Amino acid sequence: MRNAWIICRKELRGYFVSPIAYAVIALFALIFGFAFFSELRAFMNYLFRSQMMGGAQPINVNEPIRGMLSFAGTLSLFLVPLIAMRLVAEEKRSGTIELLFTSPISDTSIVVGKWLGAMFLYLAVLFMSALNVTLLFAWGKPDWKPVLVAYLGLILQGGCILAIGTLVSSCTRNQIVAGGAAFFISLGFYLLSWSTEFDSSTFSKVLNYLSLIPHMENFGRGVLSLKDVVFYLSFIFFALFLTLRQFESVRWRS
Amino acid sequence: MITVSELTKRYARNTAVDHISFAVKKGQIVGFLGPNGAGKTTTMRILTCFLPPSSGAVTVAGFDVLEKPLEVKRRIGYLPETPPLYLEMRTLEYLEFVGRIKGLRAPDLAQRVNYVVDRCNVAEVKEKVLGKLSKGYRQRVGLAQAIIHNPDVLILDEPTAGLDPKQINETRDLIRSLAGDHTIILSTHILPEVEQTCEQVIIINKGKLVATDSVNNLQNRASGAGSVLVEIASHDGPLERELVMQRLQQVPGVSRVVFKESRDNLAAFEVEGRSDRAMRAELARAIVACGWDLNELRGASVSLEEIFLQLTSSDDQNSAFPRSTEGEPDQRSADGEVS
Repeated sequence: MRNAWIICRKELRGYFVSPIAYAVIALFALIFGFAFFSELRAFMNYLFRSQMMGGAQPINVNEPIRGMLSFAGTLSLFLVPLIAMRLVAEEKRSGTIELLFTSPISDTSIVVGKWLGAMFLYLAVLFMSALNVTLLFAWGKPDWKPVLVAYLGLILQGGCILAIGTLVSSCTRNQIVAGGAAFFISLGFYLLSWSTEFDSSTFSKVLNYLSLIPHMENFGRGVLSLKDVVFYLSFIFFALFLTLRQFESVRWRS
Repeated sequence: MITVSELTKRYARNTAVDHISFAVKKGQIVGFLGPNGAGKTTTMRILTCFLPPSSGAVTVAGFDVLEKPLEVKRRIGYLPETPPLYLEMRTLEYLEFVGRIKGLRAPDLAQRVNYVVDRCNVAEVKEKVLGKLSKGYRQRVGLAQAIIHNPDVLILDEPTAGLDPKQINETRDLIRSLAGDHTIILSTHILPEVEQTCEQVIIINKGKLVATDSVNNLQNRASGAGSVLVEIASHDGPLERELVMQRLQQVPGVSRVVFKESRDNLAAFEVEGRSDRAMRAELARAIVACGWDLNELRGASVSLEEIFLQLTSSDDQNSAFPRSTEGEPDQRSADGEVS
């Protein structure tokens, strides 16, 4: 595990000496900031209107937070492949993969280390949204527990997309291809539930379960259920496991 | 230190390495020779556990590459053809990272980093970003990276490729100076390099082992028939070639005389025969007795280059395919996927 930590630190440093970390963080901060603004404006609008109507309703600041965090989930679908695309593809292109493969460290520590490094960058990205949300805690009194659960969901979902990205990145030496393919595969998993909306056969239930959205919805509502956590964790585990197998096949075929 | 027996590596459509066996003793510098696409890189990648062999057994320091890869990797330093540098890192930082993944921990780490920086002469650039270094410095950092964990075995894939002559010399000196502590295998297709640095040579061609011997033995073996170069001058006017050849033929021990070149009153001949001391003395005596001057008389030593060409081209005449169609794809598929 110590080796995984060494790799993780190297990855993280690699992100922050290249423009990619700053680009992703800035992009996310900008777009999330806009979502924050428009969610709040809509919420204020609604409040004023309901007050004018006379039927004053209890104010729930968690309402706009849920909206913006679910938007952060969608946003990460676009940004996380950008984080993951260079992980292995870049090493293959530059030949540094030979250094890793001929060093006395296991493939597992390479894969886990790389995924963890990317994960930390993703946490840094999410931190930008937390800055905005903290403002609401300063001026309103939202319930913090559902917010935490939503963040846990975001982290787990990001972990899944990162794991897909790691897997795809290990299949090619072209970063752009890796990023694009990871995006479309993640999008596929994201939208899987759409195809089964009006269907209740076992097959569509399975598809629905495999989709990322329904699990995220629970987290978004502040519902922490073991089922969803297990789904995400096993998803991450499985994708990283496939990456390991892919490493092995790279060795045997190359 | 290294034993390779019946090593074979097959790819989907071709065989890159075909039943190669050799052994390397501790502390030796071994040159690994072969034309492009001969299977040098593939063999080295198998030795470093980067690729698994299709069949055959390879052990490094007593550990099998398939059964105990981590033990093997701990004892091997590897410099691939292009140094595996993270171009966004600084030299020191890179060496520290490599040291860590090779299993070094503080306080050894700092000490080893200082040592290799010193040894490989990269102190000047230790704070620089690797991407900004010249080719020579990159190669040296690559070498520093390979020796950082003080491995028993060093495997260097064309360590001087692409360097300028001065850098080539420096790199060779460096490699030679490393020989005491490490067993070194270096691949190259620059032959003088092998003559200068290596004690032992392994020549492969199209995946097959062609020769493995010490540099001296190979030269002796190739010049076994023995020939002597003589240059003769006459005092008066041009030399009569026919006459000289006739006279040389009569010297005991000479089997054949070949005319090489002539200019003015000079002429050079290659004399084949027993090529021992007695024959050379007879030759000298005969020439002087005829009233000619003996300008030069030396054994025609065969350069490694000629041996190499002999060994690697003799095969081609027997095979139906010229080298370019059979040997090249090996290399391409070996390098294509991963590097």
